[in-house]
Amino acid sequence: MAITLSESAAKHVSNFIAKRGKGLGIRLGVKTSGCSGMAYKLEFVDTANDEDITFLSHGVTVFTDAKSLAYLEGTELDYTKEGLNEGFKFNNPNVKDECGCGESFNV
Amino acid sequence: MALLQIAEPGLSAAPHQHRLAVGIDLGTTNSLVATVKSGSATVLPDEHGRSLLPSVVRYTEQGEVVVGYAAQAEQSRDPNNTIVSVKRFMGRGLADIQDVGRSPYRFVDAPGMVQLLTRAGAKSPVEVSADILRTLRSRAEDSLGGELVGAVITVPAYFDDAQRQATKDAARLAGLNVLRLLNEPTAAAIAYGLDNGAEGTYVVYDLGGGTFDVSVLALSRGVFEVLSTSGDSSLGGDDFDHRIYCWILEQADLHGLNAHDTRLLLTCAREAKEALTEHADTRITALLSDGLTVDLLLTQAIFHDISKTLIDKTLLPVRKALRDAKIGAEDVKGVVMVGGATRMPHVQKAVGQYFGQTPLTNLDPDKVVALGAAIQANVLAGNKGEDEWLLLDVIPLSLGIETMGGLTEKIIPRNSTIPVARAQEFTTFKDGQTAMSVHILQGERELVSDCRSLAKFVLRGIPPMVAGAARIRVTYQVDADGLLSVTAREQTSGVEASIEVKPSYGLSDDEISRMLTDSLAYVQEDIAARKLREAIVDAEGLIAATSAALAADGDLLDSDERAQLDAAIAGLHSAIATQTTREVNAATQRLSQATEEFAARRMDRNIQQALKGKHIGNL
Repeated sequence: MAITLSESAAKHVSNFIAKRGKGLGIRLGVKTSGCSGMAYKLEFVDTANDEDITFLSHGVTVFTDAKSLAYLEGTELDYTKEGLNEGFKFNNPNVKDECGCGESFNV
Repeated sequence: MALLQIAEPGLSAAPHQHRLAVGIDLGTTNSLVATVKSGSATVLPDEHGRSLLPSVVRYTEQGEVVVGYAAQAEQSRDPNNTIVSVKRFMGRGLADIQDVGRSPYRFVDAPGMVQLLTRAGAKSPVEVSADILRTLRSRAEDSLGGELVGAVITVPAYFDDAQRQATKDAARLAGLNVLRLLNEPTAAAIAYGLDNGAEGTYVVYDLGGGTFDVSVLALSRGVFEVLSTSGDSSLGGDDFDHRIYCWILEQADLHGLNAHDTRLLLTCAREAKEALTEHADTRITALLSDGLTVDLLLTQAIFHDISKTLIDKTLLPVRKALRDAKIGAEDVKGVVMVGGATRMPHVQKAVGQYFGQTPLTNLDPDKVVALGAAIQANVLAGNKGEDEWLLLDVIPLSLGIETMGGLTEKIIPRNSTIPVARAQEFTTFKDGQTAMSVHILQGERELVSDCRSLAKFVLRGIPPMVAGAARIRVTYQVDADGLLSVTAREQTSGVEASIEVKPSYGLSDDEISRMLTDSLAYVQEDIAARKLREAIVDAEGLIAATSAALAADGDLLDSDERAQLDAAIAGLHSAIATQTTREVNAATQRLSQATEEFAARRMDRNIQQALKGKHIGNL
């Protein structure tokens, strides 16, 4: 199992990195906080860490760490549009319940 | 549910704590809102994908407030209640508005700012602007899925304090937290990333729908300073449309058109202008209300020919701005193009020729100001690392202190970045002086009377000492909010006094630039005046010292010698009266020579007195 990007997400990530002018890829992670226990982390990567686990999806390198991977196994990162709002969405099969905001979750 | 954006490394926000910040270009004709999403600045469109929001507000019969395209569409039907270009009235009194008669609005003079009478009551320009900002705010909050922590709003570089305050008030009324007001040309330069680039002088050429502004910016240490601004408040893209319109009338031999046909042909003219940005020629066809058909071919060459005078008209303010900034076209490191009208290839070409370089045009000229504001807002909201912090505030005018003779001594020079602290030591001028007045001044001129007085306070309790022995340290400190505090402290006794002032208070940009221009214009005059004052201060000091010595040890002189000294003193007095530096200096020299012998005798007597009655072994 792995973490993947949808084609649309990969396209947007590549675009953002190109516009930003630097970056090795993106980091997906999990932090313990938020209203349902855990929260997603989504950041650009400028320097890789030794303990990083990486995946390649549609040409984009996805960085994560072992602890986060336990919660993110099988996740697909998607890019969607909802009304005026657009952005990234975690489709995580491990999630039992999410807070209404989708920024934090419980496994 | 909220959708996520990619954060900078290590800066992922905790859930529900996204620091959403936007940049707003509150324009005369159109307004925009932009933000930084996943690291790149982007303009937020409305639900129809339109980026621009026409800066038009209409108060309807039903008591609704309609903003943007819908309001614009009703402009000609309901002119009294449809407010366009409200920015022109921001912070302005009735007396400041030039063409009151030509404007469709019913103005009400109110204290501080004019108001517009609509069916919804008297509206101040602040309220109308707030309605525009409120629309942009809700567009931003819908797009970003959360509440905004703040906004950077752009204002023209020439906006004075009242206009800036009015803009801030409008934002507050719209429920926006203003992170900072940013000068429009500075925002454009930031959008192009010039703040990270080479230091130097940049020109921002902003040809909008109805206004033209040109600004000369100096970049040093990542800080932009507006050196000069110029422009034409009634020159813009609309004038190019009008030239085409006139050409159509002439070619088709049309006279006395009704309002409908005029509007139709103006629209055709605008479309033709836009088409010529991409194509070498364009066909203009229109069916007039009397059944007549207009069918003309407009080529780029003809368009260039009929609009050349307009472009030349923009180059006049450009020349003036460069002259005011005391630089030549060849000193300019880069030219930024702003405003939809700069899309016209012949405008770009003319500007390129004038500066001998290709202007920067790769960002959308309609959006560039909003994008720069968004980048600034993102930094101010704390979404960037520390090292990328932008320094933006500098002291616009030097801060100084009054010294003897009505001269200004600069303590913090202009363009120092804040926060800043500088100290300087001063001393007493008279024997036994126990108090010193500290007069805080702002400006570049040499004489106190030509600078602006900010505050005065007195340091008392200086222990009596001979002139020049006291050491008084005066510290000027300007904090990050531009608040100046001045402290004076006598070093030996520790007595202290201080005051706090707001240096920029009540000084408009116009005044600041006038004071700056004055200081350059009068530099020669000022130096001469300074020399004279200094000579007089020296002379008066010498007279005072001599008189004191005469009072104490006058008996050391015979009547002849005394008469000579008195004559020299009188000579110096009359030299001071002539107000010529050379005469004063010469007379000072004469008095000083005349007192040499006297001074020597006084010295002898003092030594004798000091030694009298003391045993040699005790010395």
